[in-house]
Amino acid sequence: MAKANSEGFYYWEDYYTEYDAIFGGKWHFRMSWYRIVAFALIGLMLFSMAYRLVRGLGPATNLNDHWPWGLWIAFDDLCGIALAAGGFFTVFVAHILNLKQYKYIARASLITAWFGYIVVSLGVLMDLGRWYNFWRPFVSWGYHSWLFVVLLCVVAYQGVMTLQFGHIFFERVNVPRLKEVFDKILPVLFVAGLVIAFLHQSALGNLYIAMIDRQHPLWWSMLIGVFFFLSAVFVGPAMCVVEGVLASKAYKKDFRHEVPLLEPLLKVSMWVMIIYLAVRLIDLAARGDFLAMFEGSVPSNLFLLEIIVGVIVPIILIAKRSTRKSVTGMVAAAALMVGGVMLNRMNVVFTSMYQAMGGSYFPFWMEFSISIGLVSLLILAYCFIVENFKIMPEEHEHHHEHHNEHHGEHLELQHAHN
Amino acid sequence: MGYGFLFDVTKCIGCRACQAACREYNNLPLDSGLDRRLPKAQWDEQAPLTGNNWLRIHARIAQHNGQTVWRFVRRSCFHCERPTCEAVCFAHAFYKTPEGPVLYNRSKCVGCRYCMMGCPFSIPKYQWNEIFPEVTKCRMCYERTKIGTPPACASACPTRAVIFGDRDELLHIARTRIKENPGLYDDYIYGEKEVGGTSLLYISDVPFEELGMKTVRSGRITDKPVPEYTDRALKWTLGVATVYGAAMAALYVATKNQEDKGH
Repeated sequence: MAKANSEGFYYWEDYYTEYDAIFGGKWHFRMSWYRIVAFALIGLMLFSMAYRLVRGLGPATNLNDHWPWGLWIAFDDLCGIALAAGGFFTVFVAHILNLKQYKYIARASLITAWFGYIVVSLGVLMDLGRWYNFWRPFVSWGYHSWLFVVLLCVVAYQGVMTLQFGHIFFERVNVPRLKEVFDKILPVLFVAGLVIAFLHQSALGNLYIAMIDRQHPLWWSMLIGVFFFLSAVFVGPAMCVVEGVLASKAYKKDFRHEVPLLEPLLKVSMWVMIIYLAVRLIDLAARGDFLAMFEGSVPSNLFLLEIIVGVIVPIILIAKRSTRKSVTGMVAAAALMVGGVMLNRMNVVFTSMYQAMGGSYFPFWMEFSISIGLVSLLILAYCFIVENFKIMPEEHEHHHEHHNEHHGEHLELQHAHN
Repeated sequence: MGYGFLFDVTKCIGCRACQAACREYNNLPLDSGLDRRLPKAQWDEQAPLTGNNWLRIHARIAQHNGQTVWRFVRRSCFHCERPTCEAVCFAHAFYKTPEGPVLYNRSKCVGCRYCMMGCPFSIPKYQWNEIFPEVTKCRMCYERTKIGTPPACASACPTRAVIFGDRDELLHIARTRIKENPGLYDDYIYGEKEVGGTSLLYISDVPFEELGMKTVRSGRITDKPVPEYTDRALKWTLGVATVYGAAMAALYVATKNQEDKGH
């Protein structure tokens, strides 16, 4: 590490040598067929965005007076923000509970969350009819609206995460003094970030409180914000597992090294899921709509699917020690949890509302292309960051010895990450 | 108390002079027949409000006293006493005027369409084919109501099925009509209690449930203003967020201290 000399100056060389050795001083981005496809999808998205901006929402989407909110709100916004919750969960574990071994996971999910928010904002901007007015709420306060809370949270969280990233950024871009400043304000940023994340997750759910007597009673609740928050909490570790598996596949790492780290997190998830399930069922019973889930209609069946496959099965999988500690069991539980939370958000936007809204809606291909393009953009941005900044978990010492056996591109890549 | 409408279902003959007057006064163009968003109308009741249609008279076939009857029901903005559109708008583009109308300020609108999602009666509609669309709905002809003149629709009605006046007075008129014609009316004033009261009131001989309207007495719509629910959640959540933040900070300090002691 770099040390300050007696005058308080940092030795440039110390930093330089350390990072020059690791990164070779160059920015790099490897191309592969997957990435070419991803770029093509982004290109299609840019076309759709341009078309939407020039021609308006009508020609570019299938949104209509019955369905003013569609795929973009459900997928980009509600699902996207819920799945970005891995960010705040790992920050909680690594920095608030101060468990050192999680700090690198916290970095990885901080990046995904940060980019997730930027991408979500881009998607929401497309959804706004008079997008050039997006700043209006800051001047004309609709403080009584839950959407106002959502907007404040999106902006504030992006600020907080950008500042948190400053700490990683100035490690790579060599400005030790700035890094020190960013290190000092980190604790404040962590707490602020957690409060904002809590508010944002619950605010997205609370948007639907206004839909009283229109939304299906299986989903409408005064506690919907609590449900959104709790589900975001328990899906956080699941997203860490999914991201971990995908990243270790892409970067040829052994996922088994991460199992002992992620397994306790999944156990926390399990307890949160049990609380979530209990509160949801008690709330239903208290409102007298408990039996609505067995009426056999489309909403009731989707509700059962969401609860049984997305919550109860993962609880059972995680509760069993042997499945929890195996890679397959872990990945299966995580995938079900992620799928369950996505189904929940889709249900809140579509299933629970169609009886009140009437009409019909199926997204236009441009809506799909923008959603898919945003995900591609997110993945490519993640890859770029991971390949150029110190993000990936460091593997155990004995693993380093293997490096010498690798050749060519792999060797270079592995070095880049260790 | 502001102005409002009283719509008497027994008096409406379905001539739609009000629709024509509304279109003329507000300069609303006809919807293009090529708009793929409009379902092909089979009966009038299926013709929805749109960005260019702020007022519709819906025809309904109902069973009444053993007979099959036509009834005509006005569909337009209810101008709620405490409007949901105002409460959910994060740019404060909707506001309730002291005169009664709920108005929309296009220059503040961001175009999020939360008002369309939130409105208990699904009234606000969108100009989908505009590049910078506006949310549109009945304005109670504000330029006229401001000076106490009846809006275009009420002036045009040949049977006085819709009348304009002070909301309290209209409630009184409605009660008198129900009392003075025993057996004619369903003893219920629609809009008196729905979502905390609306400025558009209805009385009818056929029960409102059969006209496809959600009533408080059937339990299908709340009698409290919707903003009351959202405000309650807002208060609670802000309190919880404060406690949550304090707990996080305390936890951070506690684990940090423990770590320092360990060294």
